[in-house]
Amino acid sequence: MGDSVKVGVILFPGGNGDHDALHALEHDLGYEVHGIDYRETSLDGLDAVVLPGGFSYGDHLRCGAIARFSPVMPAVREMAEAGKPVLGICNGFQVLCEAHLLPGALLRNASLRFHSFDVFVKIEGAPTAWTQHVEAGTVLRLPVAHGEGAYYIDADGLASLEANGQIVARYCDADGAITDAANRNGSVAGIAAVCNTRRNVVGLMPHPERATNALIGNADGLCLLNSLVKTAAGALA
Amino acid sequence: MSSPTSTTTRYVIEAEVMPKQGVNDPQGDSILSGLRSLGFAETARVRCGKLIRLEVDAESEDAALAQATEMCEKLLANPVIEEFELRAVPGNQAGA
Repeated sequence: MGDSVKVGVILFPGGNGDHDALHALEHDLGYEVHGIDYRETSLDGLDAVVLPGGFSYGDHLRCGAIARFSPVMPAVREMAEAGKPVLGICNGFQVLCEAHLLPGALLRNASLRFHSFDVFVKIEGAPTAWTQHVEAGTVLRLPVAHGEGAYYIDADGLASLEANGQIVARYCDADGAITDAANRNGSVAGIAAVCNTRRNVVGLMPHPERATNALIGNADGLCLLNSLVKTAAGALA
Repeated sequence: MSSPTSTTTRYVIEAEVMPKQGVNDPQGDSILSGLRSLGFAETARVRCGKLIRLEVDAESEDAALAQATEMCEKLLANPVIEEFELRAVPGNQAGA
Protein backbone atom coordinates (compact mmCIF):
# COMPACT_ATOMS: atom_id res chain seq x y z
CA MET A 1 0.00 0.00 0.00
CA GLY A 2 2.83 2.30 0.82
CA ASP A 3 4.35 2.11 -2.62
CA SER A 4 2.13 4.85 -3.98
CA VAL A 5 3.46 7.33 -1.44
CA LYS A 6 6.43 9.37 -2.65
CA VAL A 7 8.65 10.73 0.12
CA GLY A 8 11.63 13.03 -0.34
CA VAL A 9 14.53 13.10 2.11
CA ILE A 10 16.66 16.23 1.94
CA LEU A 11 20.39 15.54 1.68
CA PHE A 12 22.14 18.40 3.49
CA PRO A 13 25.91 18.69 3.59
CA GLY A 14 26.87 17.30 7.00
CA GLY A 15 23.79 15.15 7.31
CA ASN A 16 24.20 11.70 8.82
CA GLY A 17 20.62 10.52 9.29
CA ASP A 18 19.60 10.88 5.65
CA HIS A 19 20.41 7.34 4.64
CA ASP A 20 18.83 5.95 7.80
CA ALA A 21 15.65 7.77 6.80
CA LEU A 22 15.83 6.65 3.17
CA HIS A 23 16.40 3.04 4.23
CA ALA A 24 13.61 2.98 6.79
CA LEU A 25 11.10 4.69 4.51
CA GLU A 26 11.92 2.44 1.57
CA HIS A 27 12.65 -0.96 3.08
CA ASP A 28 10.67 -0.97 6.31
CA LEU A 29 7.71 1.09 5.09
CA GLY A 30 7.62 0.48 1.36
CA TYR A 31 7.39 4.09 0.24
CA GLU A 32 8.93 5.37 -2.97
CA VAL A 33 11.83 7.42 -1.66
CA HIS A 34 13.84 10.19 -3.29
CA GLY A 35 17.04 11.64 -1.87
CA ILE A 36 16.84 15.35 -2.67
CA ASP A 37 20.07 17.32 -2.94
CA TYR A 38 19.97 20.53 -0.88
CA ARG A 39 20.67 22.52 -4.06
CA GLU A 40 17.44 21.34 -5.72
CA THR A 41 14.71 23.95 -5.97
CA SER A 42 11.65 21.82 -6.62
CA LEU A 43 9.86 19.11 -4.67
CA ASP A 44 7.08 18.75 -7.23
CA GLY A 45 5.47 15.33 -7.31
CA LEU A 46 6.35 14.39 -3.74
CA ASP A 47 3.67 13.58 -1.16
CA ALA A 48 5.83 14.33 1.85
CA VAL A 49 9.30 15.50 2.78
CA VAL A 50 11.66 14.59 5.61
CA LEU A 51 14.46 16.81 6.90
CA PRO A 52 16.75 14.21 8.47
CA GLY A 53 19.18 14.27 11.34
CA GLY A 54 22.83 15.17 11.24
CA PHE A 55 25.07 18.17 11.58
CA SER A 56 24.18 20.24 8.52
CA TYR A 57 26.88 22.80 7.73
CA GLY A 58 28.82 21.57 10.75
CA ASP A 59 26.24 23.09 13.13
CA HIS A 60 28.10 26.39 12.61
CA LEU A 61 26.64 29.51 14.21
CA ARG A 62 23.57 27.63 15.49
CA CYS A 63 22.25 24.18 14.59
CA GLY A 64 20.18 24.55 11.43
CA ALA A 65 20.91 28.27 11.02
CA ILE A 66 22.79 27.90 7.74
CA ALA A 67 20.78 24.96 6.36
CA ARG A 68 17.71 27.13 6.63
CA PHE A 69 19.02 29.18 3.69
CA SER A 70 19.70 26.17 1.45
CA PRO A 71 18.32 26.47 -2.09
CA VAL A 72 15.81 23.69 -1.39
CA MET A 73 14.21 25.44 1.58
CA PRO A 74 11.73 27.64 -0.37
CA ALA A 75 10.32 24.42 -1.84
CA VAL A 76 10.07 22.90 1.66
CA ARG A 77 8.20 26.01 2.77
CA GLU A 78 5.84 25.66 -0.21
CA MET A 79 5.07 22.05 0.76
CA ALA A 80 4.42 23.12 4.34
CA GLU A 81 2.13 25.90 3.17
CA ALA A 82 0.34 23.51 0.82
CA GLY A 83 -0.52 21.34 3.84
CA LYS A 84 1.68 18.41 2.81
CA PRO A 85 3.42 16.39 5.53
CA VAL A 86 6.83 17.77 6.50
CA LEU A 87 8.87 16.03 9.19
CA GLY A 88 12.03 17.32 10.82
CA ILE A 89 14.03 14.77 12.78
CA CYS A 90 16.70 16.01 15.20
CA ASN A 91 18.78 18.42 13.06
CA GLY A 92 15.79 18.62 10.72
CA PHE A 93 13.70 19.82 13.69
CA GLN A 94 16.35 22.47 14.37
CA VAL A 95 16.23 23.55 10.72
CA LEU A 96 12.42 23.86 10.77
CA CYS A 97 12.59 26.00 13.93
CA GLU A 98 15.28 28.23 12.42
CA ALA A 99 13.10 28.56 9.31
CA HIS A 100 10.14 29.53 11.53
CA LEU A 101 8.09 26.69 10.10
CA LEU A 102 7.83 25.49 13.70
CA PRO A 103 7.74 27.60 16.88
CA GLY A 104 10.57 27.68 19.42
CA ALA A 105 14.24 26.78 19.26
CA LEU A 106 16.61 24.05 20.43
CA LEU A 107 19.33 24.83 22.94
CA ARG A 108 22.35 23.02 24.29
CA ASN A 109 21.38 20.06 26.48
CA ALA A 110 21.21 21.15 30.12
CA SER A 111 23.87 18.51 30.90
CA LEU A 112 26.20 20.04 28.27
CA ARG A 113 26.77 16.47 27.13
CA PHE A 114 25.92 14.78 23.87
CA HIS A 115 23.00 12.44 24.47
CA SER A 116 23.10 9.09 22.75
CA PHE A 117 20.68 6.62 24.29
CA ASP A 118 17.06 5.51 24.16
CA VAL A 119 14.36 7.68 25.66
CA PHE A 120 10.65 7.21 26.18
CA VAL A 121 8.18 9.68 24.75
CA LYS A 122 4.44 9.92 25.15
CA ILE A 123 2.37 10.93 22.16
CA GLU A 124 -0.29 13.47 23.00
CA GLY A 125 -2.84 15.77 21.53
CA ALA A 126 -4.89 15.60 18.37
CA PRO A 127 -3.56 13.69 15.36
CA THR A 128 -0.91 15.26 13.16
CA ALA A 129 0.18 14.27 9.67
CA TRP A 130 2.86 12.11 11.28
CA THR A 131 1.12 10.70 14.34
CA GLN A 132 -2.39 9.87 13.25
CA HIS A 133 -1.76 6.14 13.45
CA VAL A 134 -0.74 6.57 17.07
CA GLU A 135 -3.28 6.91 19.85
CA ALA A 136 -2.75 9.72 22.33
CA GLY A 137 -1.11 8.31 25.43
CA THR A 138 1.00 5.80 23.53
CA VAL A 139 4.52 5.47 24.95
CA LEU A 140 7.32 4.86 22.46
CA ARG A 141 10.95 3.99 23.05
CA LEU A 142 13.14 5.85 20.57
CA PRO A 143 16.85 6.63 20.31
CA VAL A 144 18.18 10.19 20.65
CA ALA A 145 21.51 11.50 19.38
CA HIS A 146 21.89 15.21 20.02
CA GLY A 147 23.91 17.86 21.76
CA GLU A 148 21.37 20.64 21.25
CA GLY A 149 18.03 19.05 22.01
CA ALA A 150 16.62 21.19 24.79
CA TYR A 151 13.42 22.63 23.37
CA TYR A 152 12.88 26.25 24.32
CA ILE A 153 9.88 28.50 23.95
CA ASP A 154 8.89 31.46 26.12
CA ALA A 155 5.95 31.37 28.54
CA ASP A 156 3.49 32.94 26.08
CA GLY A 157 4.61 30.58 23.35
CA LEU A 158 4.19 27.58 25.65
CA ALA A 159 0.68 28.68 26.59
CA SER A 160 -0.15 28.97 22.91
CA LEU A 161 1.28 25.49 22.16
CA GLU A 162 -0.80 24.03 25.00
CA ALA A 163 -3.95 25.86 23.93
CA ASN A 164 -3.61 24.72 20.32
CA GLY A 165 -2.57 21.16 21.17
CA GLN A 166 0.72 21.62 19.31
CA ILE A 167 2.76 19.52 21.73
CA VAL A 168 3.04 16.21 19.91
CA ALA A 169 5.22 14.29 22.37
CA ARG A 170 6.90 14.74 25.74
CA TYR A 171 9.71 12.82 27.40
CA CYS A 172 8.38 10.34 29.93
CA ASP A 173 9.52 7.31 31.89
CA ALA A 174 8.93 3.71 30.79
CA ASP A 175 5.47 3.81 32.36
CA GLY A 176 4.49 7.00 30.60
CA ALA A 177 4.85 9.34 33.58
CA ILE A 178 6.05 12.82 32.59
CA THR A 179 8.85 13.47 35.09
CA ASP A 180 11.80 15.84 35.39
CA ALA A 181 14.13 12.83 35.52
CA ALA A 182 12.84 11.64 32.15
CA ASN A 183 13.43 15.09 30.63
CA ARG A 184 17.17 14.57 30.40
CA ASN A 185 18.04 17.38 28.01
CA GLY A 186 16.14 20.05 29.94
CA SER A 187 13.40 20.84 27.44
CA VAL A 188 10.70 23.34 28.42
CA ALA A 189 7.70 21.30 29.66
CA GLY A 190 9.53 18.12 28.64
CA ILE A 191 8.70 18.75 25.00
CA ALA A 192 10.17 16.23 22.55
CA ALA A 193 8.03 17.06 19.49
CA VAL A 194 5.82 19.91 18.30
CA CYS A 195 3.73 20.67 15.24
CA ASN A 196 2.52 23.78 13.46
CA THR A 197 -1.07 24.98 13.91
CA ARG A 198 -2.10 23.23 10.70
CA ARG A 199 -0.64 19.96 12.08
CA ASN A 200 1.14 18.97 8.87
CA VAL A 201 4.63 20.07 9.94
CA VAL A 202 6.13 18.10 12.82
CA GLY A 203 9.57 18.26 14.42
CA LEU A 204 10.97 15.82 16.92
CA MET A 205 14.33 15.23 18.55
CA PRO A 206 14.26 11.41 18.83
CA HIS A 207 14.93 9.26 15.76
CA PRO A 208 11.95 7.14 14.66
CA GLU A 209 13.84 6.20 11.48
CA ARG A 210 16.42 4.39 13.61
CA ALA A 211 13.73 2.24 15.23
CA THR A 212 11.76 0.68 12.39
CA ASN A 213 12.79 -2.93 12.43
CA ALA A 214 12.63 -5.55 15.19
CA LEU A 215 15.78 -7.05 13.70
CA ILE A 216 17.77 -4.11 15.03
CA GLY A 217 16.01 -4.26 18.34
CA ASN A 218 13.24 -1.69 18.10
CA ALA A 219 10.33 -0.98 15.78
CA ASP A 220 8.59 1.71 17.84
CA GLY A 221 9.31 4.33 15.18
CA LEU A 222 7.25 2.53 12.54
CA CYS A 223 3.94 3.78 13.84
CA LEU A 224 5.04 7.39 13.33
CA LEU A 225 6.36 6.96 9.83
CA ASN A 226 3.53 4.76 8.59
CA SER A 227 0.98 7.47 9.36
CA LEU A 228 1.96 8.82 5.97
CA VAL A 229 -0.12 6.26 4.13
CA LYS A 230 -3.26 7.61 5.67
CA THR A 231 -2.13 11.23 5.47
CA ALA A 232 -1.18 11.05 1.81
CA ALA A 233 -4.61 9.62 1.12
CA GLY A 234 -6.04 12.87 2.46
CA ALA A 235 -7.32 11.53 5.76
CA LEU A 236 -6.02 14.46 7.79
CA ALA A 237 -8.71 17.07 8.00
CA MET B 1 24.86 44.47 -0.60
CA SER B 2 26.77 46.57 -3.18
CA SER B 3 30.36 45.69 -3.96
CA PRO B 4 33.12 47.84 -2.47
CA THR B 5 33.97 50.98 -4.39
CA SER B 6 36.46 53.77 -3.86
CA THR B 7 33.83 55.70 -1.91
CA THR B 8 33.47 53.00 0.73
CA THR B 9 35.50 52.43 3.85
CA ARG B 10 35.97 49.11 5.59
CA TYR B 11 34.43 49.28 9.06
CA VAL B 12 34.94 46.76 11.82
CA ILE B 13 31.70 45.97 13.59
CA GLU B 14 31.37 43.65 16.55
CA ALA B 15 28.11 41.83 17.12
CA GLU B 16 27.65 40.56 20.65
CA VAL B 17 25.03 37.82 20.68
CA MET B 18 23.75 36.75 24.10
CA PRO B 19 21.10 34.36 25.37
CA LYS B 20 17.96 36.31 26.26
CA GLN B 21 16.86 36.74 29.86
CA GLY B 22 15.04 33.62 30.98
CA VAL B 23 16.68 31.36 28.42
CA ASN B 24 18.68 28.58 30.02
CA ASP B 25 22.41 29.00 29.58
CA PRO B 26 24.06 25.78 30.72
CA GLN B 27 27.44 26.97 29.45
CA GLY B 28 27.22 30.07 31.65
CA ASP B 29 26.13 27.95 34.61
CA SER B 30 29.00 25.57 34.04
CA ILE B 31 31.54 28.42 33.85
CA LEU B 32 30.08 29.85 37.06
CA SER B 33 30.57 26.59 38.92
CA GLY B 34 34.11 26.34 37.51
CA LEU B 35 34.94 29.84 38.72
CA ARG B 36 33.55 29.12 42.17
CA SER B 37 35.51 25.93 42.47
CA LEU B 38 38.62 27.97 41.60
CA GLY B 39 37.88 30.16 44.59
CA PHE B 40 36.07 33.05 42.90
CA ALA B 41 33.25 32.75 45.39
CA GLU B 42 32.11 36.31 44.72
CA THR B 43 31.04 35.45 41.16
CA ALA B 44 27.28 35.86 41.21
CA ARG B 45 26.27 35.01 37.69
CA VAL B 46 27.76 34.13 34.31
CA ARG B 47 26.08 34.36 30.93
CA CYS B 48 27.93 32.98 27.93
CA GLY B 49 27.31 34.29 24.41
CA LYS B 50 29.37 34.89 21.32
CA LEU B 51 31.20 37.75 19.68
CA ILE B 52 31.14 37.99 15.90
CA ARG B 53 33.55 40.46 14.30
CA LEU B 54 32.48 41.72 10.91
CA GLU B 55 34.40 43.78 8.40
CA VAL B 56 31.89 45.71 6.33
CA ASP B 57 32.51 47.99 3.35
CA ALA B 58 30.15 50.92 3.63
CA GLU B 59 29.90 54.62 2.92
CA SER B 60 29.57 55.50 6.59
CA GLU B 61 29.71 53.93 10.01
CA ASP B 62 25.94 54.26 10.28
CA ALA B 63 25.51 52.44 6.98
CA ALA B 64 27.84 49.68 8.19
CA LEU B 65 25.87 49.38 11.43
CA ALA B 66 22.61 49.26 9.50
CA GLN B 67 23.95 46.40 7.39
CA ALA B 68 25.15 44.57 10.48
CA THR B 69 21.73 45.00 12.10
CA GLU B 70 20.11 43.33 9.11
CA MET B 71 22.69 40.52 9.26
CA CYS B 72 21.88 39.90 12.92
CA GLU B 73 18.14 39.94 12.32
CA LYS B 74 18.38 37.53 9.39
CA LEU B 75 21.10 35.15 10.48
CA LEU B 76 23.55 35.97 13.24
CA ALA B 77 21.06 35.94 16.12
CA ASN B 78 17.92 33.89 16.61
CA PRO B 79 15.35 36.26 18.13
CA VAL B 80 13.58 33.35 19.85
CA ILE B 81 16.53 32.76 22.16
CA GLU B 82 19.09 35.52 21.61
CA GLU B 83 19.53 39.27 21.68
CA PHE B 84 22.32 41.23 20.07
CA GLU B 85 24.23 44.47 20.46
CA LEU B 86 26.42 46.06 17.84
CA ARG B 87 29.36 48.36 18.22
CA ALA B 88 31.73 49.92 15.73
CA VAL B 89 35.28 49.18 16.82
CA PRO B 90 37.14 52.48 17.44
CA GLY B 91 39.66 53.33 14.75
CA ASN B 92 37.51 51.44 12.38
CA GLN B 93 39.93 50.73 9.56
CA ALA B 94 40.23 47.02 9.01
CA GLY B 95 43.26 45.19 7.83
CA ALA B 96 46.79 45.66 9.19
